[in-house]
Amino acid sequence: MPIFKDRQYFRVNLEKKADEALWMRCKSCGELVFKRRVRENNNICPNCGEYFFLTAKERIESLIDEGSFEDVSSPIVADDPLEFQDSKSYVQRLEDAQEKTDLPSAIILGSATISEIPIVIGVMEFQFIGGSMGSVMGEQICHGIEEAISRHCAFILVSSSGGARVQEGVFSLLQMAKTTAVRARLAQRQLPFISVMTYPTSGGVLASIASLGDVIIAEKGAMIGFAGRRVIKDTIAEELPKNFQTDAFAIEHGVIDRVAKREDLRGELETVLRFFQEER
Amino acid sequence: MSDERTLDLLETKIQELRELNKQDGIDLSAEITKLERKLATLREELYTNLNDWERVRIAREPRRPYSLDYIAEIFPNFYEIHGDRLSGDDRALLAGLAHIDGHRIAIIAQQKGRTTEENKERYFGMVRPQGYRKARRVMELAERFAFPIISFVDTPGAYPGLESEENNIGGAIAASIACMLGLTVPTVAIIIGEGGSGGALAIGAADRVLMLENAIYSVITPEGAAAILWKDKERVKEAAAALKLTAPKLHELGVIDDIVPEPLGGAHKNLQETARTLKEHVVRHLDELLAMSDEERLEARYQRYRTVGRYSILKD
Repeated sequence: MPIFKDRQYFRVNLEKKADEALWMRCKSCGELVFKRRVRENNNICPNCGEYFFLTAKERIESLIDEGSFEDVSSPIVADDPLEFQDSKSYVQRLEDAQEKTDLPSAIILGSATISEIPIVIGVMEFQFIGGSMGSVMGEQICHGIEEAISRHCAFILVSSSGGARVQEGVFSLLQMAKTTAVRARLAQRQLPFISVMTYPTSGGVLASIASLGDVIIAEKGAMIGFAGRRVIKDTIAEELPKNFQTDAFAIEHGVIDRVAKREDLRGELETVLRFFQEER
Repeated sequence: MSDERTLDLLETKIQELRELNKQDGIDLSAEITKLERKLATLREELYTNLNDWERVRIAREPRRPYSLDYIAEIFPNFYEIHGDRLSGDDRALLAGLAHIDGHRIAIIAQQKGRTTEENKERYFGMVRPQGYRKARRVMELAERFAFPIISFVDTPGAYPGLESEENNIGGAIAASIACMLGLTVPTVAIIIGEGGSGGALAIGAADRVLMLENAIYSVITPEGAAAILWKDKERVKEAAAALKLTAPKLHELGVIDDIVPEPLGGAHKNLQETARTLKEHVVRHLDELLAMSDEERLEARYQRYRTVGRYSILKD
């Protein structure tokens, strides 16, 4: 059942709304900190260094050259192919998520530059139904990869997702195959795919596109894992180590290439992009 | 409505009557015929009106044929090969060489255990990273010799746990999907029981995807969906229905190509018949795939996966 048919697709821009509150209390150190300072500091507490959650828009801002972002997403929104209804209808969940995030779906897709190197970048929004991958996210990722191919530039995907979107059933599952199929075309053209894993990168997103980066960089503090603690507990009731599915666990076990602090992520991307860009 | 156990009990009773009939020279033939008819009617009633949760139960039925049962029926010369060449041999994922209809093929199959002992070895059909690496190794072998690949999907899901995460289960599934989609050889996947999420897709991203009539294929178990979305583990029936995980529903949604019919009551009622029907379906799809040029087949596969999904296009 199609929804929002009568509405226009809205393009993401990075203009900020005025924030009324001047101060916020850091959940980690308890200090009262100036909100603007926090924002300017990539949402890291200026007092104790705690990472606050970045929205997809804030994430993009933290990574790209100012003013370089242009929304290149496909003008699509979610359907409800299963007419899914749990404690809430899927249609209602989508409306609520759009309201809450001011985004049409759980991913932002744009062209931009990082230190003047052109890229296409997709960033998942965890606040939008857990950043889950349904048909729209799958299509936007594929569209982004095709944009990168036509612009002959790198593709960057910043994951923040609980996995496949249950409400679209097998269609969500098959987005894993869809994004994987299209990702191969980028490789055929020798264009790099940099996968950035942030808190959290899990389930079907980890078991497909996010794990297929030429280079995989995790943000410090990321949670990276296929099956969550609850699933493991329910299935096999196993004792899990304290660092289970942390960035440290992932690098120790060879799941990722690098761990970067939030403030270093942009520099890491620039280094990798420059290397792949040489002599082409 | 009667359940399967009751019907099985009735069947046993009829069998007992038959024996009594022979032994004592009492003529019960008329009664027996009547009971047999009643049984057939009840069975038909039961199995033509299965709700989704009941199908989930049949898909997980412990007497249901597993991969090796079909393999023994369809591929008498099946030659099993082992190991991922890196760290071990996952017994939840079998591989081997075989013939079908004059073609040499490679088989990749998820295998559940029949006994507690066997399930300890086979992890209840839950595949670990080494199993997906084994699948990939066999896919590459098949590609070198242009053997088509037939995969049997039957898993509750990839094995969740510390060992799996330490060995990069996410990356192993992703690599298996990527490898399968990148093959030139034709691929046919058959979901014979449980198609559990990414763990199933890892060997299910094929040119043709078939399902046995009472198999299921889902992004999450009904139990998982009930716990996460309904916050109530008891509401599995609603979750099963909402997920549209049965073969008829998935066929209607256009995500699978064909349904392989099962005997009334499920595949376990007649393995030989199910295996015969399954073989016919596989051969037909394989022949269609082999009739295409490599370019045509690869383009069809690409389009199949490139276009999967449902969304609305809006005015820009």
